[in-house]
Amino acid sequence: MVVGKIAKISGPVVVADGMKGSKMYEVVRVGEEKLTGEIIQLRGDRAVIQVYEETTGIKPGEPVEGTGTPLSVELGPGMLRAIYDGIQRPLTEIETKTGSIFIPRGVTVPALPRDVKWDFVPTVNEGDYVEGGDVIGTVKETKPIVHKILVPLGIKGKIKEIKSGKFTVEDTVAVVETEEGEEKEIKMMQKWPVRKPRPYREKLPPVIPLITGTRVIDTFFSLAKGGTAAIPGPFGSGKTVTQQQLAKWSDADVVVYIGCGERGNEMTEVIEEFPQLEDRRTGSKLIDRTILIANTSNMPVAAREASIYTGVTIAEYFRDMGYGVLLTADSTSRWAEAMREIAGRLEEMPGEEGYPAYLASRLAQFYERAGRVKCEGSGDKEGFVCIVGAVSPPGGDFSEPVTSNTLRIVKVFWALDANLARRRHFPAINWLQSYSLYIDDVTPWWQEHTGPDWRELRDEAMRLLQKEAQLQEIVQLVGPDALPDKERVILEVARMLREDFLQQDAFDEVDTYCPPMKQYMMLKIIMTFYRKALEVVEKGVEPQKILKVSVKRDIAKMKYIPEDKFLKEVAPAILEKIERELEALLENP
Amino acid sequence: MEALNKFVEYTSVSSIAGPLLIVEGVKGVAYGEIVEIITPTGERRTGQVLEISEDLAVVQVFEGTTGLSTDKTRVRFTGETPKIGVSMEMLGRIFDGKGRPIDGGPEIIPEKKMDIYGYPLNPVSRRTPEDFIQTGISAIDGPNTLVRGQKLPIFSGSGLPHNQLAVQIARQAKVRKEGEQFAVVFAAMGITSEEANFFMEEFRKTGALEKAVVFINRADDPAIERILTPRIALTTAEYLAFEKDMHVLVILTDMTNYCEALREISAARNEIPGRRGYPAYMYTDLATIYERAGRVKGKKGTITQLPILTMPHDDITHPIPDLTGYITEGQIVLSRELHRKGIYPPIDILPSLSRLASKGQGKGKTREDHPKVMSQVYAAYAEGRNLRDLVAVVGEEALTERDRAYLKFADEFERRFVNQGKDEERSIEETLDLAWELLTILPREELKRIPEELIEKYLPKK
Repeated sequence: MVVGKIAKISGPVVVADGMKGSKMYEVVRVGEEKLTGEIIQLRGDRAVIQVYEETTGIKPGEPVEGTGTPLSVELGPGMLRAIYDGIQRPLTEIETKTGSIFIPRGVTVPALPRDVKWDFVPTVNEGDYVEGGDVIGTVKETKPIVHKILVPLGIKGKIKEIKSGKFTVEDTVAVVETEEGEEKEIKMMQKWPVRKPRPYREKLPPVIPLITGTRVIDTFFSLAKGGTAAIPGPFGSGKTVTQQQLAKWSDADVVVYIGCGERGNEMTEVIEEFPQLEDRRTGSKLIDRTILIANTSNMPVAAREASIYTGVTIAEYFRDMGYGVLLTADSTSRWAEAMREIAGRLEEMPGEEGYPAYLASRLAQFYERAGRVKCEGSGDKEGFVCIVGAVSPPGGDFSEPVTSNTLRIVKVFWALDANLARRRHFPAINWLQSYSLYIDDVTPWWQEHTGPDWRELRDEAMRLLQKEAQLQEIVQLVGPDALPDKERVILEVARMLREDFLQQDAFDEVDTYCPPMKQYMMLKIIMTFYRKALEVVEKGVEPQKILKVSVKRDIAKMKYIPEDKFLKEVAPAILEKIERELEALLENP
Repeated sequence: MEALNKFVEYTSVSSIAGPLLIVEGVKGVAYGEIVEIITPTGERRTGQVLEISEDLAVVQVFEGTTGLSTDKTRVRFTGETPKIGVSMEMLGRIFDGKGRPIDGGPEIIPEKKMDIYGYPLNPVSRRTPEDFIQTGISAIDGPNTLVRGQKLPIFSGSGLPHNQLAVQIARQAKVRKEGEQFAVVFAAMGITSEEANFFMEEFRKTGALEKAVVFINRADDPAIERILTPRIALTTAEYLAFEKDMHVLVILTDMTNYCEALREISAARNEIPGRRGYPAYMYTDLATIYERAGRVKGKKGTITQLPILTMPHDDITHPIPDLTGYITEGQIVLSRELHRKGIYPPIDILPSLSRLASKGQGKGKTREDHPKVMSQVYAAYAEGRNLRDLVAVVGEEALTERDRAYLKFADEFERRFVNQGKDEERSIEETLDLAWELLTILPREELKRIPEELIEKYLPKK
């Protein structure tokens, strides 16, 4: 192994001499304390290293040891429920090992527990032919998730031996004899370099919506399974709550939650809340299908840069088992800033606003790791990774480099709006600025699963909201009384859409998750009200009177009624009442 | 050789620029270690290694480089990282920005020495803050509830009464549980001596000093020293909270001065600047300050931070408030407009936010009606403020009765709820009752955000 010597230290960047023979992105151990670092530049025998731990106290002349391997993650049973830092060090185990509330330096704890014995159930027989990506057995890791043990990519051959029973991740559970006659031992744990995307057979089109239970997202700005979305938002606009809602409710099997350079207390909330949260989809707890990566803002900056890659590699691994994975990264701006900070220390020529010139390509490479795919292996497993990246534009300015480069890549944009948040309109997703390029792709799904008129209702509602924005400008100038009757109805219904449909209470037991059919019915009721109101206004009823009908209160309360009761009793009753009350207005106009 | 390094004096200063010294030919020097500098006149100063290559050390001098020369300056590397000696004796005392007593009292005999940079708290060891702190100020306790372990900055502007407010909070803040020990750590960076006197006087006069540790770095102290002040204060706070079981409120003012100092050093090092000349690592740097707040597993004590910063040109998108807002859990925004109207404290609740408010509100914490009534008040005030703009265009006559009620609500809200005396301490019950009273201005059917049973129970009958 290569052993060099430290020549220079500047914050998280260390330069070492005598590193000839080391490779780009190789992991090295820096100094007497053996801090973990990664080579990010090679010039002659001089290596530039980013160090994942605080470098105070390190001196020039101390040794730097190469490890020969690139920065990798350990993949195998034991990942679910875990809380890792940016380079997959398990934080709970660190706490136990050090007995401290702080993270000291130079602690090494393996990512997957070595002493736990997992119950391995084989799914292949001796003599079966297998290839990389095939499932050879399963481990029931948590209540909802069966961890499938995959043949490591690149291995192909006949099963010579297959075991059954309790094993640790380092024990051999199978032996494969390759065509060349070589014997390969297969363990439950495998490693994969984080900066290299895991391969797949083919990408599939994004035609199934990811149901999140948040109305503004599902109905108006749908994310497809395998799709990518960005949530930009100035601080205080509810970005974090939106992301947590997605993690809690969307219909993905596994959630990878990356807290990248964000608040400690926010991460704590996730860490405390997920183990408590009932997971209605599986009947267990949310944490049982979650992997948390916590690299808070005060933890070393280089590990923040790595955390995104660590997270997406783990997500791909679960995808390869045939699972749907939702990856949320909060926030990619902090990730980009980590890149900028390190680029600055390297004295690289800066691009826009000091970000490195490779910012755009790094962002693109990251989001490109999303997708619904046919997995590697001989079966027909399908899995997906959705990536939802938060961006935190400085000063809420969407034209800044991270936001603008992200928007060139992602297909869905949920524009969080501080003004809405200020008016306590939550989720504060601005319906005029947001978009989803998946709407056409997912329309058939919605029509099949809700009603054939789903798309018309959605588009009509959207038009009303847009029209409202125009009318508001006029109202600002001349007051509402100057508008024609028809347009006053539009204003009223748009207000209803905003308050009774778009606004959703994440902290209300019922309203926090709104199933697709309920979303559809709610929208249908509001649009029915609209059509009926227009009809009676055209027949001469004053818009003022429409504002006073009591069914409006029933509509306002729809969101708090559980789906079953709503669909069976409440919705038909409201539809009937709309008809009755508005008709009654005609009788004495 | 390393042991000897302590006694080796280097005279090989090759250049001096701004607060930085470059020393050549050094051996065995560690990144981040403390440096002692002896000026040509024999004065001792301290510095820290910012960058080190084989034989070249870049040292930042905390007291500034005035009077240093390249030929007659002597430099000694101590082999230690910056530490501060802490003890319970510090309560009731006033120190300078580097932790030396300036109140005429004796030196502190440290119980232990602690690294001022500390280590990051393990996210797993944290506990979500959830205990209500009553500041006695309605505009904070009501809509922007502060909880123990939170970091909630005050965004102010030059000329606004943030110091007044800071002192009032330091004096009034309390946890409504019996038998808990409370302390205030107050760190001022780059404040004028007039302000420093105001703070010291206020603390002494009101008796708040007894349970306080005060650090003051004055405007005429070297800017570089400001890098240390908040860290020394927070190290003291960590000692009081995590070793002595106290609930510590840390007030840091003015963080804008701290950031200016950071920029000064960055510029002196010829670093590539980020936004508006501030260094690219300012976010990470601020995070290492603000994140030293919290509530942790197995410890009784907590650290709550209330940093104060003045927004240059009242611009909330300026990098200092912007980056701060991304790290802290909300912000309290002071408004020049309210200040002009004579309202104290001039807290504009619309852009203000406490992200942890919901953790500290409600049954068992404050009162069951708290979250709902505040949500209604907030929405109503926002509506009223919108209408003010409309009135400016179309005149009040064009408004409906409902709209006029909202306008009146907004005015009364500012005049009676936000506005309070500089010594007036309102309990949370008083604050909530006041909110209900104001809601009677609105037509009852407008109270859509409050469940019927709460309206029935709390809304005063007209």
